[in-house]
Amino acid sequence: MSSAFAAPKIIQPLNFRSNEKPLFDSVKSSPTTSFLGSVQKLRFSSKIPLTSSLNCRSVSSNVFAVSEVVKERKSKSSVSPSNLLITKEEGLVLFEDMTLGRVFEDMCAQMYYRGKMFGFVHLYNGQEAVSTGFIKLLKQADSVVSTYRDHVHALSKGVPARAVMSELFGKATGCCRGQGGSMHMFSKEHNVLGGFAFIGEGIPVATGAAFTSKYKREVLKENCDDVTVAFFGDGTCNNGQFYECLNMAALWKLPIIFVVENNLWAIGMSHLRATSDPEIWKKGPAFGMPGVHVDGMDVLKVREVAKEAVDRARRGEGPTLVECETYRFRGHSLADPDELRDAGEKASYNSRDPITALKKYLTENNLASEADLKAIEKRIEEEIEEAVDYADQSPAPHRSQLLENVFADPKGFGIGPDGKYRCEDPKFTEGTAQV
Amino acid sequence: MSWLVKQVVNSGRLHSASRNRALQLVRAYATSGKTMTVRDALNSAIDEEMGADHRVFMMGEEVGEYQGAYKITKGLLEKYGPERVIDTPITEAGFAGIGVGAAYKDLKPIIEFMTFNFSMQAIDHIINSAAKSNYMSAGQISVPIVFRGPNGAAAGVGAQHSQCYAAWYGSCPGLKVLAPYSAEDARGLLKAAIRDPDPVVFLENEILYGESFPISDEVLDSNFTLPIGKAKIERLGKDVTITAFSKMVGYALKAADILAEDGISAEVVNLRSIRPLDRATINESVRKTNRLVTLEEGFPQHGVGAEICTSVVEDSFGYLDAPVERISGADIPMPYAANFEKMAVPQIEDIVRAAKRACYRSA
Ligand SMILES: Cc1ncc(C[n+]2csc(CCOP(=O)(O)OP(=O)(O)O)c2C)c(N)n1
Ligand SMILES: [Mg+2]
Repeated sequence: MSSAFAAPKIIQPLNFRSNEKPLFDSVKSSPTTSFLGSVQKLRFSSKIPLTSSLNCRSVSSNVFAVSEVVKERKSKSSVSPSNLLITKEEGLVLFEDMTLGRVFEDMCAQMYYRGKMFGFVHLYNGQEAVSTGFIKLLKQADSVVSTYRDHVHALSKGVPARAVMSELFGKATGCCRGQGGSMHMFSKEHNVLGGFAFIGEGIPVATGAAFTSKYKREVLKENCDDVTVAFFGDGTCNNGQFYECLNMAALWKLPIIFVVENNLWAIGMSHLRATSDPEIWKKGPAFGMPGVHVDGMDVLKVREVAKEAVDRARRGEGPTLVECETYRFRGHSLADPDELRDAGEKASYNSRDPITALKKYLTENNLASEADLKAIEKRIEEEIEEAVDYADQSPAPHRSQLLENVFADPKGFGIGPDGKYRCEDPKFTEGTAQV
Repeated sequence: MSWLVKQVVNSGRLHSASRNRALQLVRAYATSGKTMTVRDALNSAIDEEMGADHRVFMMGEEVGEYQGAYKITKGLLEKYGPERVIDTPITEAGFAGIGVGAAYKDLKPIIEFMTFNFSMQAIDHIINSAAKSNYMSAGQISVPIVFRGPNGAAAGVGAQHSQCYAAWYGSCPGLKVLAPYSAEDARGLLKAAIRDPDPVVFLENEILYGESFPISDEVLDSNFTLPIGKAKIERLGKDVTITAFSKMVGYALKAADILAEDGISAEVVNLRSIRPLDRATINESVRKTNRLVTLEEGFPQHGVGAEICTSVVEDSFGYLDAPVERISGADIPMPYAANFEKMAVPQIEDIVRAAKRACYRSA
């Protein structure tokens, strides 16, 4: 490319490797369906009762269901020794990661009710296939940007469970020393660039991380093919920052994947009541990038899509928008009474539990035995128990930490004449809270 | 209501003029024996104003079917329908701007921010489109809009969800900024804000929503409003003035109880209005007590306390018998850890300590 940030004259977002059937082909049409129509073609399909809503409309448009590709690929690959989408090792990694996410979050609920963690705690139950499907394909140097629903993204990216648990307990051994909390997980080492608690906020930051990869390559002449994955919800797709970044990412061909975890609800706001065209994936092509809709309850399908999108970004071919249809099995946060979601809707998604589905796939295809999986579950449970003990026994942050980390260079702020943080001064608590 | 009487009695040795005011204060509440939560006070204020004026409408995230993230708009969707109680997508910049446009055209929007933190995504419209239009248009276009929602530190929600916007909005010409403490404040000020022809930033407090306060029949009357720009002497005293707003008024009152046990009579000024600031009431109090402690949860630098201090230095410098004590949140983003959170916001002991320091020290 001649200039780093020149917009390509002709945008060809759908220009894929020609020797292979493109996975993302938003031009290809499949039978007209109602919203989330592709659900009907997915593996664990069941009719989702659309909850009554003021503006409920049926959308007739072309949804490209990735499941079809996956199926086709499956049959085509029959020449290869195995007909399967994953190896045994890969399957076990996915199972372990999803189980880790689930068991961790269940434990968080218990600990929240026991008063060990506080504030807003947003759990990820039900959505594990998305985090695992994407993040397990990434390298350590690749970045992940998340929202307030961030514990499991951090875990998938390799942040130790005990460090996340300890953070949630508000302890000094937490991954952010107890300063960040549930909604703000960071780990520079793992390139977890943060849980952002404001809607849409994380998207530009993620786009900036992707920008950096391109800048390193083209300006600093470094070898850098790092990609960034931004996770956010359906409700967030109504926020301007989303569109602003789709535009810039496509304009500058940035190595980013925008992953929408469409769980159909934004707190108590149904997706259908909040957006004029509920098919989010369609917004990709509108900005000159592929848009894909995938069954987010099926980790194998998510992974197929993720592979394509991550590879594309790594090759320098630009961004991809992926809409994962998923569902949260719990309320918006542990404080949400969750009164508006229809029981039938919940039941229908519960029956598509992504972990159960993967288990079934692994055992039916003789990739793992029940005993293998049980052993993993047991190991994870022990790991989480250990994480809780660790968090519980860890000290609360010491007062001397209070003023730290506000600046990289704190000179002039809360620093006494002796160069020490003033909060270490014994007189500190004798005065006011002002420091 | 009994606690109010107790406070007045506690403050002890009153001058006769003050005693009369104290009696008035008691009388103001001495009618009904009823109580009301701040939540119900806000809800009833919106309800009555929507009932009285069809140009008033309510807009924001989860205000309708969910009944409000903090249930302030409970029942309103059912009563006024989805045309007037409007659930928006999560797009603060969008719906705040839409509210401003509607206000230009003489509607009277009440824009709810799920919390005021999220108003940061809409601040362009609050400051540029709402606050400056009357001036830029030379009075042709007024903007009768209310931006409301919970403000300030909540519990355990970390740095992004816990901060006070009083000083931020309080520094902007063209905005009126209110911060109620009690149910009476909430009702009277919100009704006044909705009727006001200018943009009002209305800073509530999540932790106060469920708190009950005594309320008189007068306050329950649908014609009741409170004047914008007037502070309230929440408790009479003669030794030291404590200014506070929102949740901190409660803290100041508790501190005053403790101080009374040590023979210090603290006067608590509930600001109610951050902008305009009731300089007259503040200065009158300081001229009487000769000592000032300012109290707020927000950051210290350029805070509400700094402004109050300036007003006292400008108007009553000669009356001060001790340096002004400023109590504020710590100069750090809100930490998550519970022990740190407590250290980062003012505690009752901090107020007691500062007031004593002001009293035992002389200039
Ligand atoms: C700017 C902003 N406005 C409002 C909120 C309050 N809020 C937190 S989560 C949420 C719903 C988000 O829904 P979605 O994007 O679908 O993500 P999900 O929670 O379903 O994962 C809202 C409105 C916020 N965090 N930030
Ligand atoms: Mg959602």
